[in-house]
Amino acid sequence: MLLAHARTETRLTLRNGEQILLTLLIPIALLAGFTLIDIISLPEPRVDSVVPRIFALAVMSSAFTGQAIALGFDRRYGVLKRLAATALPRWMLVGGRVLAGLTVVAIQLVVLGVLAIALGWSPSLPGVLWSIALGVLGALTFGALGVLLGGTLRAELVLALANIIWFVLLLAGGIIVRAESMPSGVATIVELLPSGALTEGMHQALNGAGPGWQPVLVLVVWGVLASVVAGRTTRLT
Amino acid sequence: MSASETRPAVEVSGLVKRYGSTTAVDGLELRLAHGKVLALLGPNGAGKTTTVEVCEGFLRPDAGRVRVLGLDPHADSGELRPRIGVMPQGGGAYPGVRAGEMLKLVASCAANPLKPDWLLDVLGLTNVLKTPYKRLSGGQQQRLSLACALVGRPELVFLDEPTSGMDPQARRLVWDMVAALRADGVSVLLTTHLMEEAETLADHVVIVDHGRVVAEGSPAQLTTEDPDCQQLRFKARAGLDTSLLTAALPEGCHVAEAASGTYIVTGRVDPQVVSTVTAWCAQQGVLAEELHVGRRSLEDVFLELTGRELR
Ligand SMILES: Nc1ncnc2c1ncn2[C@@H]1O[C@H](COP(=O)(O)OP(=O)(O)OP(=O)(O)O)[C@@H](O)[C@H]1O
Ligand SMILES: [Mg+2]
Repeated sequence: MLLAHARTETRLTLRNGEQILLTLLIPIALLAGFTLIDIISLPEPRVDSVVPRIFALAVMSSAFTGQAIALGFDRRYGVLKRLAATALPRWMLVGGRVLAGLTVVAIQLVVLGVLAIALGWSPSLPGVLWSIALGVLGALTFGALGVLLGGTLRAELVLALANIIWFVLLLAGGIIVRAESMPSGVATIVELLPSGALTEGMHQALNGAGPGWQPVLVLVVWGVLASVVAGRTTRLT
Repeated sequence: MSASETRPAVEVSGLVKRYGSTTAVDGLELRLAHGKVLALLGPNGAGKTTTVEVCEGFLRPDAGRVRVLGLDPHADSGELRPRIGVMPQGGGAYPGVRAGEMLKLVASCAANPLKPDWLLDVLGLTNVLKTPYKRLSGGQQQRLSLACALVGRPELVFLDEPTSGMDPQARRLVWDMVAALRADGVSVLLTTHLMEEAETLADHVVIVDHGRVVAEGSPAQLTTEDPDCQQLRFKARAGLDTSLLTAALPEGCHVAEAASGTYIVTGRVDPQVVSTVTAWCAQQGVLAEELHVGRRSLEDVFLELTGRELR
């Protein structure tokens, strides 16, 4: 049951043009763009600073924005009710979506990683392992936030908010411009955002000694809070 | 008979459900015997969908007692859901999902499902197996939704307006399927706006209005209760002056032009009344066409009970 549900959800995501644009095409374009074109000043090799940002963006795009919009419209179209009316237990209804979300993130990281290697990225093995672990944690945290948004509000509102939040976090949430190059007061706040924490963690994991405890803690706290609230507010329709 | 077969499949008493200041269901009583078909009739907004959703455990009642297969649909939903089939009034599929994919997914959620391919074939959906849900026609979406309700071999099915948007062929197919379910001992609770559907399928008809039961019984009981309420219908030129006919008819009979050119005489219709009507027609120089004497139709009962104004 769980696998059938997860498989269907994954296939639907990969078949949806807007989802592909959001989860793959935009991150691919930004990865290539920032690496090859001198838009923002970055230390050489540029790809090493670009990859953590793009990984964080990719996770946020699919687990948060993509998930929220899909859930908002699935509720509108009565899909959740349809599945809840079967023998599928309640936890599997969530489990299937989580599993599908993780599968999509895995596909994103593989595609983007291969492209990055083609652009001259040469990560260390511990760096890669850490970034996978962070990818999973980030997907769960952003996924919980996505469910919170998509499971509570009207579909149109979800669509608008999920896109706006994505854009704001991309520009001002520590992804394109990292927290360290912001004024110190702002930086502290940005590092406490899930987007800032994930980017920072990815950066330290891939270019430093490990993700560091702060980003991990920030992501866990956001994830737990979002899950608890979402558990209370999510509605089937 | 086992204990589960003597107990009613659905038992609702004193059900109240409010949305803010609107009372959608207002003290409703309902009883669906095991293995029977119950049709819930009522104008738009009467509270049919709300009642059904309470029985399915999707809505919590504000008051009253609801037992479905002996279980509390909300508290025992985990135990109940595998045993019921649900066809909602609309929707129920991912917009981008293919028809076959959706049914397989729902089938995979059941312990002992019917073969999805067989069911799609029976419902005439084999040629749209790979078509995304949003590109199915309204009637095809309805048929897929019915398939999803039946694929888990339920003991009890809730069908909310199962034939709305279907062409006559598809409607007959659904009627045949409901009859087959009943023959297999499956209990069915359906809502409909089609009187013919209720008369054809239901053992028991419940007419609701403003969230209350206004009449119930078998279709025959509902239409023949009152021997003084028979009808004679005929068609003739529109706009005839019926005052002479009214005067000629025995006491207790009324005549009215129900629709342009359709006349209905209501009351105790005996041979004398028929002869009076035809004599009057001859006087007027018109031919009474499609002259028909019979019981009131279920639609007449329905309109009489729920009024003629639009909801
Ligand atoms: N989610 C809701 N919020 C507020 N009011 C609602 C909601 N759902 C239904 N209602 C109201 O409750 C009443 C009963 O609605 P319900 O959907 O049960 O009617 P129905 O008999 O199924 O009608 P129809 O024949 O049109 O399907 C209506 O007045 C409707 O406006
Ligand atoms: Mg309804």
